[in-house]
Amino acid sequence: MIGLQHYLLVSAALFSLGILGVLTRRNAVNVLMGVELILNSANINLVAFSRYGTGNLQGQLFAVFVIVIAAAEVAVALAIVLTLYRLRHTPNLDEADILRG
Amino acid sequence: MSAHAVIFYVFAAITVGSAAIVVFARSLIYSAFALLFTFFGVAGLYVLLGADFLAATQLLIYVGGILVLLLFGVMLTHKLYDLDLKSGVTQFFPGLIVAAGLFAILAVTARRATWAVGQGRPPAPTTADIGALFMGRYLLPFEAASILLLVALMGAAMIVRRRKDA
Repeated sequence: MIGLQHYLLVSAALFSLGILGVLTRRNAVNVLMGVELILNSANINLVAFSRYGTGNLQGQLFAVFVIVIAAAEVAVALAIVLTLYRLRHTPNLDEADILRG
Repeated sequence: MSAHAVIFYVFAAITVGSAAIVVFARSLIYSAFALLFTFFGVAGLYVLLGADFLAATQLLIYVGGILVLLLFGVMLTHKLYDLDLKSGVTQFFPGLIVAAGLFAILAVTARRATWAVGQGRPPAPTTADIGALFMGRYLLPFEAASILLLVALMGAAMIVRRRKDA
């Protein structure tokens, strides 16, 4: 019997994999992929609680807003990555140390 | 095991397995295509949870928009003669410890907590209800999201434009 906890475990796995991607990957686009995994895990949580909890659609509505904001964030983040690439000629985030003291 | 459980485990395996490939693969293109399968798996989980409109939106926006944007980003941030799109890792074992600890905390919390499970909502078509909510009670966040998209569009275009250096 698939219950709420199964979905929470799936989203916990997705979240920790996303955190691992954000922490350990060197390429900026790979870090963005990790962020997308984190957002998707939060969305699964929202929809699972909407389904098994109250039963109204607010969880799904929130998830639609999360998708919208994720799209806007990827656009702006890629603009920043492209500008950084033009400046440093490398997509690695280790080289982005201009502000380092 | 019922068919519902089998389908859930299949989609959960697709999602988590592809997410593992996204994080651990050496080649950037493998990561991008594994991300595609992750989005498909998440859309399948949405359908299992009765969120049909959300599954369609996920496929349209994530796969059709965000993934294509990420692939363009991969393409544009490498020199043309640099044909191997490899991505290294930095400080792998501290990150692994942090991620494993986080997963342990979340999994124990998910198993042990007594969640307030209500009467739930049996799967039903949601598109009309979500539309009514957007146009009714949640009109202000809807308009705010539209303005946010406009600002993000303008901001991204402004950041990337080539300035004519005087």
